[in-house]
Amino acid sequence: MNTVALTVFVLLFGFVTVLGFVAARWRRGDLTQLTEWGLGGRRFGTIVTWFLLGGDLYTAYTFIAVPALMFGAGATGFFAVPYTILVYPILFLCYPRLWSVAHAKGYVTAADFVRGRFGNRMLALAVAITGIVATMPYIALQLVGMEVVIAALGVQGEWALFVAFAVLAAYTYTSGLRAPAMIAVVKDVLIYVTVIAAVIIIPTELGGYAKMFASVGDTKMLLAPATHTNWGAESAYATLALGSALALFLYPHAMTGILSSSSRHVIRRNAVVLPAYSFALGLIALLGFMAIAAGVKDNPAFADGFKTYGNNFAVPALFLQMFPSWFVGVAFAAVAIGALVPAAIMSIATANLFTRNIYREYIAPDCEPARESQVAKIASLVVKVGALFFIVALPQSYAIQLQLLGGIWIIQTLPAVLLGLYTRWLNPWALLIGWAVGIASGTAMAASLNFAKSIYAVTIFGVTIPCYAALSSLILNLIVSVVLSAIFNALNSERADETLAEDYL
Amino acid sequence: MKNNGQKGARLRPIHLLLLLPFAAMLWVSFYNRAEPSLIGIPFFYWFQLLWIPLGALLLWPVYRAEDRDNNGRQQ
Repeated sequence: MNTVALTVFVLLFGFVTVLGFVAARWRRGDLTQLTEWGLGGRRFGTIVTWFLLGGDLYTAYTFIAVPALMFGAGATGFFAVPYTILVYPILFLCYPRLWSVAHAKGYVTAADFVRGRFGNRMLALAVAITGIVATMPYIALQLVGMEVVIAALGVQGEWALFVAFAVLAAYTYTSGLRAPAMIAVVKDVLIYVTVIAAVIIIPTELGGYAKMFASVGDTKMLLAPATHTNWGAESAYATLALGSALALFLYPHAMTGILSSSSRHVIRRNAVVLPAYSFALGLIALLGFMAIAAGVKDNPAFADGFKTYGNNFAVPALFLQMFPSWFVGVAFAAVAIGALVPAAIMSIATANLFTRNIYREYIAPDCEPARESQVAKIASLVVKVGALFFIVALPQSYAIQLQLLGGIWIIQTLPAVLLGLYTRWLNPWALLIGWAVGIASGTAMAASLNFAKSIYAVTIFGVTIPCYAALSSLILNLIVSVVLSAIFNALNSERADETLAEDYL
Repeated sequence: MKNNGQKGARLRPIHLLLLLPFAAMLWVSFYNRAEPSLIGIPFFYWFQLLWIPLGALLLWPVYRAEDRDNNGRQQ
């Protein structure tokens, strides 16, 4: 066991635990209201939102999995960079409208908006359930990140994971969204310190970047080039980046981050300043290549770790090999705390969806605001216990496969949510059928790949185009939604839209 | 049928700037190469890393233009 690293780790972890509970008093609000508990009272300014969204989107799992993909598969793993570049123009253009309408009408979730815009309970339910189901495995994966670093510290057994999660559950319950917002600041400081140290120290010790890339080898360093009959890895790369970018802010936890901000301008400003995290992510991705160059896989000390956690062990192994013990503690704490922030926000976001769009819509329509907030708190606990069960009781590959499916599923809410911000021409029943077609076709594509990959090759005019299944199924969804809307609107053009044009400005 | 949300969306030519990152990032064949490398980093990697600040810088003039637009409307 690595005592020095473990001590630093435990101290930092203890510090954020205290912060998590103190957060309840920060910008004090009445935590028995759902907008206070679940959206921090919609009071977060530019800086807090920057930390919150940064902690929310650039998760611990990203820090472990992206370099692991680079380590194992090479250049393909770098798609995370164009993905996060393309996210921000979309955030900048579309989501201030969502903030405005949510603010005007008191919407807490995307499904609230869909319910108000299209006046259709079934469509809103579909959006809510998609959000909940897509987020659950994502929470579970945050635990994977934490589990890997705890194991790398030499702590045996799963009890440490239980303790970490119990602490997380307790302060999320008491403080709501204020807790992850506060902890995100600490997480970011630790992540930046770690990343800067890593990209300066490690390449120097490995003999420079040129030597590092040389040791990666030609096949991993670049994508296989496209040919006239097969666009190959290049189209897979482009569609993965585009599909992921379109999907990201449809996830409930991203939506919660947006709706908790204090004005639409906070979102616009954040679209300009959030890319700072993308730069850190790009450097983190390169850690995968540093791990190859450092030869961690051949180090017998790490054989067990790689056996249990596969390539996800590459980054922890690299840190253990290259950093002094105390700094290993800092780096691992950064990853573990990096798991707490999104796990808290994701569980709050799913709890908001359950409470608003299932409990209040279908079970107790007349419930008091205090009761609503109470239900959300309990739902956030249930979600976390579910995620913990997932990781402890089932093979880890299930969570990874489900998260992959989650991306394909959540993007199917794009026509209702994103296009809904601009037009109400689309018919809610057409959107519902389009959603179902998208979910079914996307799932079928993933199933044909045994849920191991999400790149499904389509052949058009004799050219094979490998395409991210989320994107191809979304195109089917859009075609069905538009064609059926034209037909249904011709039959009956009545609308039940409670929003006005000025609500979006 | 009236397009309720469309009014006041005010998409203007300057919003076309937002398409540039898509053009740059989705044309993978252009940057899927090792040379010219920069301090030992292959083109594939530094080109994409460079587009992170470029993408943010492109948002800035659009942000300013939207603000001017809004102020003009309120007065």
